[in-house]
Amino acid sequence: MAYSPHTDADRERMLAAIGVASVDDLFADIPSSVRPTSFELPPPMVEQQVRAELARLANLNRIPEISFLGAGAYRHLIPSVVWEVIGRSEFSTSYTPYQPEVSQGTLQSIYEFQSLICELTGMEVATASHYDGATATAEAALMACRLTHRDRIAISSAVNPQLRRVLATYCSGPGIQIVEVPADLAEGGSGLTLVGAAAAVLDEGVACLIVQHPNFFGGLEPMLELGDAAHAVGAQLVAVVEPVSLAMLEPPGAYGADLVAAEGQPLGIPLSYGGPYVGLMAAPMSAVRQMPGRLVGATHDVEGRRGYVLTLQAREQHIRREKAASNICTNQALCALAATAYLSAVGPRGLSEVAELSTVQARHLAAAIEEAGLGERRFSAPYFSEVAVRVPDAARRHAALAEQGIVAGHPLWRDYAELGDTLLLAATELTSDEHVERLVDALKATA
Amino acid sequence: MSSYPDDLRYSKEHEWVRVDGASATIGITSYAADELGDVVFVELPAIGTRLEQFASFGVVESVKAVSDLYAPVSGEVTEINDALADNPELLNSDAFGAGWMARLTLSDASQVDELMDASAYAELTA
Repeated sequence: MAYSPHTDADRERMLAAIGVASVDDLFADIPSSVRPTSFELPPPMVEQQVRAELARLANLNRIPEISFLGAGAYRHLIPSVVWEVIGRSEFSTSYTPYQPEVSQGTLQSIYEFQSLICELTGMEVATASHYDGATATAEAALMACRLTHRDRIAISSAVNPQLRRVLATYCSGPGIQIVEVPADLAEGGSGLTLVGAAAAVLDEGVACLIVQHPNFFGGLEPMLELGDAAHAVGAQLVAVVEPVSLAMLEPPGAYGADLVAAEGQPLGIPLSYGGPYVGLMAAPMSAVRQMPGRLVGATHDVEGRRGYVLTLQAREQHIRREKAASNICTNQALCALAATAYLSAVGPRGLSEVAELSTVQARHLAAAIEEAGLGERRFSAPYFSEVAVRVPDAARRHAALAEQGIVAGHPLWRDYAELGDTLLLAATELTSDEHVERLVDALKATA
Repeated sequence: MSSYPDDLRYSKEHEWVRVDGASATIGITSYAADELGDVVFVELPAIGTRLEQFASFGVVESVKAVSDLYAPVSGEVTEINDALADNPELLNSDAFGAGWMARLTLSDASQVDELMDASAYAELTA
């Protein structure tokens, strides 16, 4: 078969069709500082030279000795059994099954995952997973638009800013309008979504209200009141949750959430430069036909034996083409399997212990900083495992501590002008008393 | 050749319409239901939705296919057949009766004249 590359005329026609002047303009979103100026590659190297060069590059990475970073991704203990399970070649080398029913093991692993997510969230049906928490949330928002036949979305400003940016990208294509609901960020404020402000923007054109609980600042939102405000105008409540917290907090199904989305990374998935992670999504059965992505169901074969199938595929793009519930999603089977192995290994009691230890250490951390006179909690609301603390001259001290291998949390002023000098500090069961002491000592030394 | 009710008009997309003054009832034909096989789900528009003639207004899903529903006439939805939510198989058992889908207020009665009568539709599906 002849290989026919695009001609210059072909390229020009394509550029004209999409209204772009040159091929370079397609890469305009990539900062020029990281764009190559030349494609003249260095000469070939022998294997040991390549290894040495890669080792040199790897050594440029700074891996902090102590980290209080959270802000959407959390360092938890990953039991070895998780690696053992996902490292099995039947799982680690297989791509999504295109003749799914012969892959009963893969289907069963996805079914177990869905069952665990339903149990954690208190919802009736969960998908086979999504890319990550942000895309799962965006998919939930689009789903709410389909369910309500509305095209406006209200979202709390106390939702993770990165997640809100992904949502904006997802909504720009279909022309869905996003309205922001302010949180109480005033001095002495709660740090929570303002229920009155939510009610003010909600009307019968709004498909859903998206609230993160615990919110980006770790605060526990008034989900019942926010849900009531949404339901009063026929809008859905989309709860963006953190899965470990569900071992301690009420499940979204209990406070009237219509749709649930979450980042599943805390469930046995390592922090590796932001991915791959896994998105979770759950809904009531009445909404199942508008759910995006794959769903595995359990059934019985003609001999009465239990078996698993891909079900309700009429929603999906290989059948419905451009009218599918989503053409921009896939499942993250291996990461979902890690979450399944993690939850099975720690069990309900283990997960509760992880949640409790994380909250205890977050309180210890906040108290240690306050008692040393180094700073104070910025918000008054009850919080889960993450706390916003105002520390004078925070930017300089944050940088100074980073030099010493201590990451003093996430600088909130990057996304919130009102939150100058405020650091978002996360604790998990891996945060030791010694880590807290080292942080306090290092902050003192930079006073 | 099958025969179809004489008091209805039919579209090429296998929808029927029954006109009663300014109101019209719409559904899919028994031919369409037979071709689809066992219907398992019907998605209908909300009351108040304005339908455009020949534009998609809903979805019907069977065990083997999913198809869009195309409005045979334009109009505003005044009523939908809630029974289809729990009993979508009504489309297979009684497409022209209990399997009706929606009632509309006709926006242009002359659109009905463009549709086929029973014998023309019988010829189309022969």
